[in-house]
Amino acid sequence: MNHLAGIDPILALSLAYWQQSLIKVGIVAIVVPTAALILGYVFLLKMMSFMQSRLGPMEAGPYGLLQLLADGAKFIQKEDIFPDAADRRVFALAPVVVLMSTFLLYLIIPVGPDAISANFDTGIFFALAVSSLSVIGILMAGWASASKYSLLGGLRAAGQLIAYELPLVLAVVGVVIQAGTLSMQGIVHAQATGEIFGFGWLGSPYILTQMLGFVIFMIAVQAELTQPPFDMPVAESEIVGGYQVEYSGFRFLFFFMGEFGTAFAFAAIASVLFLGGWWLPGFDADSNWLNVLGPIVMFVKVMVVSFFIFWIRFTYPRFREDQLQTFAWKFLIPLALANIVLTGIFKVVL
Amino acid sequence: MATPTLPERSQLAYIASQAADSRLNVEIETEGMTLNIGPQHPATHGTLRIVAKLDGEQVIAAEPIMGYMHRGYEKLSEVRTYPQVTALVNRIDWMGSFANEVPFILAAEKLMEVEAPPRAQWIRTILFELSRIANVVLFLGDMAVQVGAITPVFYAFRDREYVLNQIEAVTGGRFHPNFDRIGGLKDDLPAGWIADTKAVLTKVDAFCDQLDTLLLGNEIFQARCRGVGVIPADVALSYGLSGANLRASGVDHDLRRDDPSGLVHDQIDWKVWTHPDGDSFARYWVRLQEVREAIKMVGQLLDGIPSGPIMAKVPRIIKVPAGEAYVATENPLGQMGYYVLSDGDLNPFRVKIRTPSFNNISICPWLLRGVYVPDIVTILGSLYFILGDIDR
Repeated sequence: MNHLAGIDPILALSLAYWQQSLIKVGIVAIVVPTAALILGYVFLLKMMSFMQSRLGPMEAGPYGLLQLLADGAKFIQKEDIFPDAADRRVFALAPVVVLMSTFLLYLIIPVGPDAISANFDTGIFFALAVSSLSVIGILMAGWASASKYSLLGGLRAAGQLIAYELPLVLAVVGVVIQAGTLSMQGIVHAQATGEIFGFGWLGSPYILTQMLGFVIFMIAVQAELTQPPFDMPVAESEIVGGYQVEYSGFRFLFFFMGEFGTAFAFAAIASVLFLGGWWLPGFDADSNWLNVLGPIVMFVKVMVVSFFIFWIRFTYPRFREDQLQTFAWKFLIPLALANIVLTGIFKVVL
Repeated sequence: MATPTLPERSQLAYIASQAADSRLNVEIETEGMTLNIGPQHPATHGTLRIVAKLDGEQVIAAEPIMGYMHRGYEKLSEVRTYPQVTALVNRIDWMGSFANEVPFILAAEKLMEVEAPPRAQWIRTILFELSRIANVVLFLGDMAVQVGAITPVFYAFRDREYVLNQIEAVTGGRFHPNFDRIGGLKDDLPAGWIADTKAVLTKVDAFCDQLDTLLLGNEIFQARCRGVGVIPADVALSYGLSGANLRASGVDHDLRRDDPSGLVHDQIDWKVWTHPDGDSFARYWVRLQEVREAIKMVGQLLDGIPSGPIMAKVPRIIKVPAGEAYVATENPLGQMGYYVLSDGDLNPFRVKIRTPSFNNISICPWLLRGVYVPDIVTILGSLYFILGDIDR
């Protein structure tokens, strides 16, 4: 990584700070909705349909490719409804808070040796911190809607997201111990330059050494995204959408984009932490080629991880809250702690 | 998970309500929340309303409120001639429509002292069991939606469609066949229907196997259903439950075997399934076995249809002699009975319809006390009611 004094280079170009900021904002503003659209189309519309022996949307564009854009246009045209008893300001702000946490997540996702919006030394720490911001938005939505279903959903979400924040963090700790850094780029480099039993061509993707951590991380991500089997906060068949129930139009669209954007971001973080990120075997980790190939490598990995996230989403039934809490506190967290202890022992011994 | 017995369960509910009360009064001044589930709610598949008093997520008291879809079929029947009534009662349990017509026609036949020819009885039984398959297959998928799995219901809709196609091929009506006549049936089977139906049965059988692996063995499904909504046998009987809900509580009662009047279930080889647990899982399991049993039944019935006429000698204008008759059959949802009172006119003087869902849902206040909000949905789903069957 070639740091110019105090400025992060984008594709190794030297630009003024304001120019860099503008480009970064532009990229993130394009990437987040695009990511949400891609996941929504590929998995929600098409993969789910194929799993359920139907075709999904076929009319809007070739193979229904433009269906989500049409849906988006529809959402924007809809009336922005406020319930009578709603706390208007909080109600209006809640989807923005949820979407904000999604946008912040994209800041620290690296797609190449120099292609990263903000190369924090504590990147993964930052990611875990901002991802829990969405709880506040969801709680705001649940409370401000002045609806009993929303309130139940909001409280369920708060309980669930706090419970699963812990295994998420603990699963990451294993990786951090092994890599010896909190920086996302540092973790990729550690995997690219690492070797397993003297065999270093593949590097050392941490999914091999941190298998347990990976499984715990993915389960916690599933809960963090409130996707089945952990979708009680929205539970359509019980509380009819939970905290989203009173939202219409583009505010609902915000929640939708937040959900899928976050899914994409977490799949990307999982790829970085466990699958070696943007690095491609056979390349030097600082090679400029990876700035071009890295995004493609990352995209493929993200789609693979997302496939598993959505596969489980479309297959499993839903837990009950008490079962979910039991699962988190009595099973996942002890397991994650054991993983940390094991990793620590091996780190010291080897 | 250990299944609580009746005294334990009521004690638990009592302790929960006491704890809720003490929390309400002492700790912080909060009121319990009253949650209206329905009349518009996906879990009620129709317009049932459940008023649940909650303490947090726990139900202190719940009461089902019925009648949002009352269509007055009993009263309407009084101003219709006997053949016209079948068009009405088709709409009671709209998932297995043909089965609704059978007990009414049998009651009318009993009053007129006519009997359908054997061939008509066999075809009646075939359609009766096909409507059971069409009905319960949808339940098997729908229950998955209630506990949060979205995929199985599409398989259920897909495979139910095959069955409905077969019913349509015979009767001309996909949902509302209106095919049963006093003294027999409207038409004979179309050519090639028997072979087609056998192919369909294979598909539905494959669907049952698929559910066995996709849902029944799933740990989360079992965690959600086992020990949830336990109905002991004596309570089930005292609330008048019937059908699979009763058999899942371990009561070996099936009218198809115990009183096979007018249908030919006694001439084929089949088995009544029961389950000792009485929880939501048992109800699901029993229904799954019943679909498989119905598939076997239809297979045997198709092989053994006797030849002969499909209509007995019945006057063109049907006047039913004065008298009263009650005939009940084991319908997809449970025991359905028609009490028909005739004064010798063209139309019945009074028709009282005993529908299974009405009784099955009446156990809700007893059953829903002390459970969590998600369990309401599981229990309602596993009791399996059709709104038209409650409100008629």
